[in-house]
Amino acid sequence: MKEKRATENGVKKKGKRESYYGLYFLGVVIFLYIVLFLLKPESIQIALKASGNVLIQIVPVLVLIIFFMGVLDYLVKPKTVSKYVGKGSGIKGWFLAISTGMLSHGPIYIWYPLLKELRDQGMRSGLIAVFLYNRAIKIPLLPLMVYYFGTVFVVLLLCYMIIASILEGKVIEMIEK
Amino acid sequence: MLLGVILLLGLFSVFVSSEMISSVFTGELLRDTVIGSLIGSISAGNPIISYIIGGELLKEQVSLFAVAAFIVAWVTVGVVQFPAEAAILGTRFATARNILCFILAIMVSIATVTTLMAIP
Repeated sequence: MKEKRATENGVKKKGKRESYYGLYFLGVVIFLYIVLFLLKPESIQIALKASGNVLIQIVPVLVLIIFFMGVLDYLVKPKTVSKYVGKGSGIKGWFLAISTGMLSHGPIYIWYPLLKELRDQGMRSGLIAVFLYNRAIKIPLLPLMVYYFGTVFVVLLLCYMIIASILEGKVIEMIEK
Repeated sequence: MLLGVILLLGLFSVFVSSEMISSVFTGELLRDTVIGSLIGSISAGNPIISYIIGGELLKEQVSLFAVAAFIVAWVTVGVVQFPAEAAILGTRFATARNILCFILAIMVSIATVTTLMAIP
């Protein structure tokens, strides 16, 4: 009981620290905007517009992720997570992390909270790294990549990137042990 | 945190141009590959932009090794997103992941282009 309470307090403290960190970061960025506004006011307007466009683009994915997180919290139990992407998940876990990483949409940073939740429920850190690495492989953008760099280059690059992701996952697991 | 990252992306899109990026390459293969990975790491945004810049760099005779490292690091290393990643997934994890991705971008680039050149 005591141990549980201590863990809960630890999680609460960590969460508080994270939210402070986020606020400091936002404060620094706003400060940058103010300084640059004084130097180049017209550029700041363009930067704000660009940020607005990014925000509009990510809102649908953000809504989807919040929905996923809710469903995950309600339905998925740590035991299930452990089975598929936990310590004993084996080769299935690696395959799942690679394929879901490739299929996931939207910017990388909106996936962090969901991954944290999965890790809290038992997902291996190495598989989180594999998921994040394979997000770099954007299937809808492949035709454009082929247009710029050629088919052979793209196929080779993708194969080596998958190998690199596994290598990274293994090293992360060794570091996190 | 998310708002901070989005605002920072806006600043990047305005203050870091493709001309600025292409001006730092030296013509030396290995150094350019490391520079490619480094610039890809600090850049952020839609991968399409990295393909367009990569295409322009190739036109300006920058080596394919450097361009490959640049486009891989663009999507795998996130210096701009690092504060968010560290705050949510832990500083140790985020630091290790980003450093590894930086090194792997160079390795993936060398492996890809070397294999490409070996194909008749």
